Formats: sequence, C-alpha cells, structure tokens
Amino acid sequence: MVKAATSSSSSPARDSSNRSNATFVKSIGAIIWKDLVAELRSRELLSAMLVFALLVILIFNFALELDATTRKVATPGILWATFAFAGTLGLNRSMALEKDRGCLDGLLLAPVDRSAIYFGKLISNLVFMLVVEAIVLPVYSVLYNTNLFNPGLISVILLGSVGYVAVGTLLSSMAVQTRTRDVLLPILLFPIIIPILIAAVKASSGFLQGIAPTEIMPYINLLIVYDVIFTAVAYMVFDFVVEE
Amino acid sequence: MKSQPFPLKILNILSILLFLAALAMVFLYAPLEVTMNYVQKIFYFHIANAWVGMLGFLVAAVAGVLYLVHHDLKWDIIELAAVEISLVFFLITIISGSIWARPTWGTYWTWEPRLTTAAILEMVYIACLLLRQGIDDPDRRARFSAVYTLIGSISVPITFFSIRLFRTIHPVLIGAASTSSQGSFDMTPKMLVTMLFVLGAFSVIFVTLFWHRIRLGQLIQLVEQQKLEE
Repeated sequence: MVKAATSSSSSPARDSSNRSNATFVKSIGAIIWKDLVAELRSRELLSAMLVFALLVILIFNFALELDATTRKVATPGILWATFAFAGTLGLNRSMALEKDRGCLDGLLLAPVDRSAIYFGKLISNLVFMLVVEAIVLPVYSVLYNTNLFNPGLISVILLGSVGYVAVGTLLSSMAVQTRTRDVLLPILLFPIIIPILIAAVKASSGFLQGIAPTEIMPYINLLIVYDVIFTAVAYMVFDFVVEE
Repeated sequence: MKSQPFPLKILNILSILLFLAALAMVFLYAPLEVTMNYVQKIFYFHIANAWVGMLGFLVAAVAGVLYLVHHDLKWDIIELAAVEISLVFFLITIISGSIWARPTWGTYWTWEPRLTTAAILEMVYIACLLLRQGIDDPDRRARFSAVYTLIGSISVPITFFSIRLFRTIHPVLIGAASTSSQGSFDMTPKMLVTMLFVLGAFSVIFVTLFWHRIRLGQLIQLVEQQKLEE
C-alpha cells in the first residue's frame, strides 16, 4: 500500500527534479558561454595569461641556465610554476571583470542556483587555463627540444588544473571582495594548492622520465582525491562567499 | 567591560605555577638523555607547543564551521582567537624544533613532512589574518575567514600526506618509528611522566590564553559597535 503510494508520487517528483537538473546545466552553460564570448571579443585575459606564462619561462631560462641535464630535472617544476603563476593572473582578472562591471550582482540576482554560478565560472576558468597550457606545452617543447607530448603528462596537467581552478575560483571570488584584492589571491591560493603542486610535479617528472606507472599512481590518486574533495567543499561553501 | 572573572584569575596563577613546575620537572626530574644530553630537554616544550598548536588548529576549524551554520559572531571571535594562538605556538614549535635539529640532524631545517606542513600551516594562518585585514564588514569578514580556515583545515592534512609519500627523517616517538628517522630515543618512565606533565601544563596555558584572547575579541567587537553608533 505504502509502496504503491510512493511509486505513484515519485514519478512527478522525478520529472521536476529532471527539469531542475536541466535548468541547472543550462544556466552553467549560459555562464560559460557568456565568459567565452566576452573573451573572444576582448581577448584580454588569454593574451595576458599567455604573455605572462612565456615570460615566466624566459625568466626560468636565465635563472636556472637550462642546459640539457638541468632541463631533465627542472622541466616539470618550471611547467607547474608557470601554470600556477599564470593561473592566478587569469583567476584574478576573470573575477575582477565580474565585480567591476556589476556583472556579479546581475548573476546573483538571476533566478539560478548559486552553485551554477560557481560551476560556470569554474569551467570557463578551466577552459582559459587549458588553452594557455595547450599553447605553452608546444612552445616549451620547441624552445628546449624536449618532447612534452606524453599522454600521461597531459592527463596530469588536466587533473592538476581541475583542482587548481576548483580552489582558485572559490578563493578569487573571495579575494575580489576585499580591499587588497590583487595582492591577496596568490597569498590565499598558494598554501592551499601545495598538495596539487607536489603531486603534479612528481607525477609529471615520473612520466617524463619513464618511471613505472605503479610508482606514479599514488600521486595520480592524490590528485583525483584532491579534485573531488575540493570541488565538493567549494560547491558547499560558495553560497557563503557570494551572499550579501 | 567587567573585570576578569574569578575562574580566569585562578587560571592565570595556575598557568604561571604550572609553567614553573614544568621547567623544574624538565631540568631537575627528567633524566639526561645519553646521546643528545641537554639538547633533548627542548623536546618536552617542542611536543607541548605542537600539541597546543594542533588543538588551536582544530578549534579554529570547528568554530569556523559553527559560524557558517549559526551566523553568530561569537564563533568568529573564538575562531580568530584560536588562529592567533595556534599561529604563535606553531611558530615556537618550528623554532624550538630547529634549535634541536641543528645539533641532532646537523641542519636547522629540512624539507621533511612535519616541518614543511607546520610551515605551510603558518602560511595559511598568516593568509587568513591578511584576508581579515582586507575586509571591513564584520559579517563578511567572519564568513570569509571561516571559509578559508575550513579550506585550510582540509588542505593541510592532505599536504602532510602528500609530502609523506617521500621518506621522512623526523623521529616518531609514539607509534612505530620509520627506519630512516634520526634522533629518536627510548623514553624512560620518568621522561614520559615529564612529557605528560608538560603537555598538561601547556594545555592549561592554552585555555588561559584562549580565554584572554576571546575577552579581547569581545572588547574589540564592543568598540566597533560603539564606533558605528556614533
């Protein structure tokens, strides 16, 4: 009897939850689309990140004298330091644009779930980050005559970027609402993303030096765990960060 | 603001007495360690500071979550107090550890999991204080710092485990020691008693300081409110 009642009532409930899921995905898509279109028209974020990333590589070149032997050891570290520095630039800018033009208030007024805003910003930040990485990798390969097109390395970069952006999106939306915002983001972000940097650098150098996958797996697992935990936590607390 | 409540006055005196007693225990009661001699004495305070620092770390994380749930500024005051006290005690832990490490390991600092994690925890706390400085609205300040301590309290243990994937040379006195650790020693019963006593003494000192800092936080809140009313 009870069973029948629940089964008959569950179908409209499932329908409405399907519908709300669809609107959730749609609003995420709309936010990503807005960011990509704005970026395609202005190109200010990607160009700044790219030029900055290349300059960091240039500085490392002179700071470390990258001859063939140093390169072997230092490449993963240089790559990740470059991504981390260029990433803060992009995260800062992407959130500051929302704040300065009053766009964030508009987004918050829109009748969408707050977490949709978080995931929308997360994915568009991730896209920018991956575009920069996709350009830096071949440039680095050419400049230093190292082959970086290693499927293992690329998967590490993907996993590392997801975790970096998951925390970065949350912290940058906090940083833009403070007085010292441009200075604050790296200070807030870097101590938190140390596990990502450790695991990503170790796994990257493992793949580049052809170490057995069983020895790299702990680091890959660490990256996955970090990604899952921090996406979940950021999703839960994002409401508190944007609430007025 | 009322004068200090009676239990706090007792705690003040108790803290001083316990600290003096702890000093006496360490230097007069505990036996000398065979290989490390007097250098080993710092271990008692090192452990006690680390313990109190960890306690502050836990209190800060819990108070942050409670603030997010209840939106009551008293949890923010408690969180800030815990963060500040933990920051100081971890700094003492790091410095006392370095002083011990110089004669034992031959270097002030190594990039070992516990040392590195403690240093990163300090960075998280300093970042948290900088974050608070940049925000005027008390409610937003409390929310952001609660979110940040929460994120930090999840990230710091992960940092510890991620560095631990490498080998460690830090001595493990409780539980199984790794074979590569240097500077470990077997504790005699007298040493164990001393260690537990110093731990207890520092716990009382922690409570006293914590209480004072919470009172200070309440005073600051009062001043801020009166400024707004003027």
